[in-house]
Order: sequence, then C-alpha cells, then structure tokens
Amino acid sequence: MLLAGGQGSRLYTLTDKTAKPAVPFGGKYRIIDFPMSNCVNSGIYTVGVLTQYQPLVLNEYIGNGQPWDLDRSQSGATVLPPYQGKSGADWYKGTANAIYQNLDFIRRYDPDYVLVLSGDHIYKMDYSKMLKAHKEKNADCTIAVLNVPLAEASRFGIMNTEGDDYRITAFEEKPKEPKSTLASMGIYIFSRKVLEDYLIADEADPESSKDFGKNIIPKMLADGCRMIAYPFKGYWKDVGTIQSLWEANMDLLDENSELDLADRNWRIYSRNYANPPHFTGSFAKISNSLITEGCHIEGIVENSILSSGVRVARGAYIKDSVILSNVTVGEGATVNYSIVDSDTSIGAGCVVGRTKSSGEQITVIGSELVLQPGKDIPGGAMVNQEWLDEHNL
Amino acid sequence: MAASGIIFSNIHDNNIPELTRFRTMASVPFGCRYRFIDFTLSNMVNSNIYNINVITHYNYQSLMDHIGSGKDWDLARRSGGIKILPPYITAYANNVNTLYQTRLEALKSVNYSISRITDEYVVMSDCDVICNVDFNDIIKYHIDTGADMTIAVKTLDLTPEQAKINVLFESDPEGRITDVLSYPTQFRGKADIGLNIVVMKTEYLQQIVLDSIAHNYVSLTRDVIARNMHHMNYRVYKYDGYFASISSFADYYAHSMELLTNPEARDALFNVKNRPIYTKVRNSVPAHYSSTSDTKDSLIADGCEIEGTVINSILFRGVKIGRNATVKNCILMQDTIVGDGAFLNCVITDKNAVVRDNRMLAGAETQPFYITKGKMI
Repeated sequence: MLLAGGQGSRLYTLTDKTAKPAVPFGGKYRIIDFPMSNCVNSGIYTVGVLTQYQPLVLNEYIGNGQPWDLDRSQSGATVLPPYQGKSGADWYKGTANAIYQNLDFIRRYDPDYVLVLSGDHIYKMDYSKMLKAHKEKNADCTIAVLNVPLAEASRFGIMNTEGDDYRITAFEEKPKEPKSTLASMGIYIFSRKVLEDYLIADEADPESSKDFGKNIIPKMLADGCRMIAYPFKGYWKDVGTIQSLWEANMDLLDENSELDLADRNWRIYSRNYANPPHFTGSFAKISNSLITEGCHIEGIVENSILSSGVRVARGAYIKDSVILSNVTVGEGATVNYSIVDSDTSIGAGCVVGRTKSSGEQITVIGSELVLQPGKDIPGGAMVNQEWLDEHNL
Repeated sequence: MAASGIIFSNIHDNNIPELTRFRTMASVPFGCRYRFIDFTLSNMVNSNIYNINVITHYNYQSLMDHIGSGKDWDLARRSGGIKILPPYITAYANNVNTLYQTRLEALKSVNYSISRITDEYVVMSDCDVICNVDFNDIIKYHIDTGADMTIAVKTLDLTPEQAKINVLFESDPEGRITDVLSYPTQFRGKADIGLNIVVMKTEYLQQIVLDSIAHNYVSLTRDVIARNMHHMNYRVYKYDGYFASISSFADYYAHSMELLTNPEARDALFNVKNRPIYTKVRNSVPAHYSSTSDTKDSLIADGCEIEGTVINSILFRGVKIGRNATVKNCILMQDTIVGDGAFLNCVITDKNAVVRDNRMLAGAETQPFYITKGKMI
C-alpha cells in the first residue's frame, strides 16, 4: 500500500499542480518510480496507490501500471482515491485512516502481510529481504530504520531497540535528546490480521489523529506487540524540501554516490514518452551533467540535470540547476542554482538565481510560466504567476 | 477507412551485408536509438493501423526480441496488434519448401494470413523506409482517385548508380502509371522512384495473391504491375517529405550523418506533432557527461557515459567513451565501449563492440571502418 496522497507543501510551487510523489526527479523519473520499481524488483505485484491531493498527473502517470510491468490480469497496480461509500464520503484523514478506508481492497487479495510505503523518498530497497526478516522473527510489525548521525537524529522518528534482533522498545517522534540513532524510514510490514485489528480499533477512537507514526505504532508498542526494527544500509533521501530535492538530484552527479541508477539488476522504471535522442550543437559545452532524450543543447551546461525536451539556446548558461521537461532557455540567459519546473520559457538574457557560492537560497521557477527577455529573478525566489504579477515581471 | 499493414522485414538484406549478418534489415539500428522497422511501425500506428503482419525470412530472432509483444508501439492488443509471420514450411510437401526471394513470393507464402485480413484496405511497406508519413493521406488519395493500386513515389534527380538500384515509375499528368522500369542501367535524370509503400483494397491483394499462385507469378513489379497497368487503374502518390532508404553501407553512413548536419531532416523525422517514432523501451538512465567531456554536433542516446571528446557522431544507448578518447564522425551502436585515449574517425561499431585503450582506428566517409557485434579491438 503506497501512500501517495501527500501535498508536499514544502516543495512550494513544484506541488501547486501535482502531488509530491509525481514530482520529477533525476531527468526522467518521478519520485514514485522508486517505491514502485522497488516493489516490482522485490516480487510484489499487488500495489494499491492511495491518492488524494492533485491526483491528475499522478493518476495519469500510474495509469494501469504499465511502466513497472504492473499491468496484470491478476492484481497489478490499482489507484485508490477517496470514495463515496454507503455511509457517506470522506477524505483520507491520516495515513492510518487511508489504509482503513481501503481494507476491502486488502481483503480481496487476502494477503498474509501488508507492506505500507510512502511516496516521498529516493532509495533502492529489496522489500523481500525485509519480509523474510519479518517472518523469521515472527514479528507483528517490522519497521525499516536507517542509522543516522546523532546530530541529525532529532529530526526523525527514532526507534529505541534492544538485543541483536532489534526489538523495538520505544518510539520517539523527533526527540530532543535521542537515545538511539535508528530513524524510521516510513516503511512498515504488518502481519495482516494485526494491522486490521489496530486500524479498526484506531478508527473507533475519536481522540486519534489516525496516523501510523502518532497512533498505531505507539499503541502497538504499549500493547506489547512484537515490533522489530529492520536496519537498512544504502542510499535513502527524503526529498520533501526544495533543498533536499536539489541535493538528491545532485547526488546523481557524484561519482561516489551510493545511488546507482544504471544498475541493470535493480532497474528504476519510468514512463517513456518516445522522445528522440538529444542533440548537442556546435557551441554546446556540457560538463558533469545528466541530459536526457529530446533535449537540444546549444549553450553551456555545468553540473546540472536536464529532463526531456529541454532546449538551451546558444550562449545560455546553466549551472548547478535542475531543469524539468520542455523548458526553453533563451539566448544568453543564465540559470544558476535553481529548479525550473516544466514547460516554462526563460527569455533571452534573463538572469535566474544567483551562484551557489553567493550564499543565496535555491531559486524555484514554477511550471508553464513565461519570463520575458532580460528579466532578473533574485536568488531564493519562489516564482509562480502571482509572484510575477506582484513584481511586475 | 480501416486498414491493415504488411511489412517485409528481409527485403534488401544484401544491401548492407555487414549489418544484416546477424539480423534482418528491419532490425538494423539507425538514428541513435531506433531500428529501421520502428519508422514503418510508428507510421502505421500513428495512422491508426493497428493490425500489422510482419513477414520474415531468416535471422529474425533480433527482430522478435526487438518487437516483443509489440507493447512499446501500442501493438499488444486483444484484437489485431502485431503478428510475426515466419516462413511457413510444411512437413510433407518438401519440394515447395524453398524460401521466397521476392515480395510477391513472400505474400504467396503467407496467403492464409492474407486471406484472413478483414480491414478494407491494406498498406504494404518495406522495413527500411525511413520517413515520418501519414498513411491516411495515401489511403485517402487512393480512395479519391478510385485507384486499384497506389504506389508512393518520390521525384529525384538520379545518377546512373542510383537509378540502377531503384524501380522507376512513369505516369501521365493524372498520376496513372504508364510504365515501370526495374533497376534500369544507364538512366540519368529526373524520375519518380518507388518508395516501396503500396496501398490497395485487401480484396484486390487477396485476388492478386491467388492469381499469382495459379499462374506461378514471382514478381509484383513485372508480373502484376507491368502486366496490368494498361487496363487497371494503378497510380503514383507523390510524396515530398523527408525520405531515406538505404542501398549500401556508405549510404547507411551518409543518411545517419545527415541527421547531424541537416536539422530539417531531424525535425521531419523526429519532431512531427502527434507522430512520434516509437522504439523498444530500455529504461536507460539519462546520459552522463563528466567534467572532462566535450561533445559537439552529435546525437546522444540515454544511458551513455561520456568522459572524452565526441564530435559529429551518433552514440546509441549505453555507449561509454573513456577519458581523453576522441570520437569523430562515428556511429557507435548500443553498449559500445571506447577505452581511454582511443582515437576513432569514421568508424561504425556494432552492438557491444569494445575498442581498447589508446587504439587508433579510422575509415573514410565512403568506406567507414566497421567493427562487428561483440568484437574487441
């Protein structure tokens, strides 16, 4: 069960029109490609995707699950939006409530175990190994954890464990003085019966905020359920903020990064749009960058990631930036330390953002905007149509 | 206006024996990430032709591997979709078990499948016609003119060398075919060459095939078109868009390089609204350019890793260029690896070729140096 209904408000204008899991990443992916591909690569072929916020792009992207081989006659991918039932209609009020409302979906497949995922992270993980650990340790619930530096531990939900089998003794959400460095990754495996019982009980509790982290997990711990932490090693990044999304993109350019998308044994699948190969012109100069299909580069691209169909005119200069699909960058324009959302046109001679070394924040340009030639967008600006109107640009 | 498609996958194999040794003409790689047949298949799908028969001959494993279920062209369908027709050899009548040589013989060999086509029209095409064309335009012209058969042609100024490898059609001002010249020697000047795209009613094709079996006809041009053109309404459809067909290895090289030097050709093939060219999806990562790379005037596919210099070249998916390596005027097919410090000029490498560190290899525009599939140099 993939929780993909989140708004991702800290991504500002990038999630104005799309849900966070549908935010593009790494040139030709969307965030949701990672959990979806992980599922398929782990041998999980029944995936319910719970959507709520701005689902148009996300629903269209998932379709019948074809990009991940999830278009199956039995099971496959199913999009699960909130629905109107006999007793009324309701939005998903929390992560636990979202799964509760879809218990009928789970029952149809009658599984022994349920994997609950979120669509906010970039990582490659074999869930089948986690499931094996869950079975071996006879757990009621297994929670994937990552060993984080002690200094950062207070930003996460921290699991205190004991013994070699990582039995969880306590869970603290963003503790001021963390007693452990094992941070929850928001990936849970439940034995199905236990999950069902707790979801039904939680739903009946009017005090509950219907959330896994806040309600279900603490309640199960208090009741003495067998809760096991599953330590994960490898690349894992929450891309919930502009800064972390930019960093995760840049990690792809780092030769020493643990995140290897080219590994043919653990492929990350994405929807393909039949773009032609990209073309580099006579005046192109590309270094330390990722460029994908449909691009046309005549300018200078340094340390950047370009999605499909981006056109960079002669004399344009792009540095330390993430440019999403079908953006055009006009002649002589400069884009520095920015994220530019899809279908936006940057006029000739525009200056977008400031250099990374200037100490200014990342500049974000929303989708489908037109920047007239010669305009100057300051560092750290979050540009959408209202911003342009306000600043008379 | 429902139409079915028939594609001949092996016709012209001997034009470029280097590239067809391990594969059909249809599966020859072209244009950075495509195979020849992708153009015809995409043209058919983009023209709402969803019932396609691909006639094969030999060496068709690579073609089957490429097409798979047909999903990547939206041709994995409950009704219709793509069907590969390998040679049909019976266990008993071994005196007729010779493989076909011509299009008409190919059609005769799949007579049963042709007899089962229910769409009203049929579009027949070779696999090596590189263009982005709307077949509906040809079908509409065919219906409007009341033709029995319509053959797409392109007007070109021919040298004797070019004329020798083409079928030329002469027609009256209304477009009715008056004469047909197969592979004429010593012809020079303006002429309409056949593009090997033919439209007719399915019923008429079925009739031609049965008639050809009865009379033991072997050539569509000689035994059907030339024999009937004066009493049947056979017409030419003049196509004036971008078109390339490959008649030799040098030609393959020239047409590939044209994609780099001629932006109009690139746009006419790849950037036509609502008519994308589809190919097998490989889920490659975006191309990675290192800080030591320098790439100019080149077409690069996804999955490439470039650390060296690439000039005026075509890199297929998954090609790796080592540090300080220089690649000029080259076509490097899928997963080719060029080692550090190597120098390549006018080289075509087939899939999975490896050029070791510091090797220097060069061919010429008219005779590119070719490295076969999987070879290490």
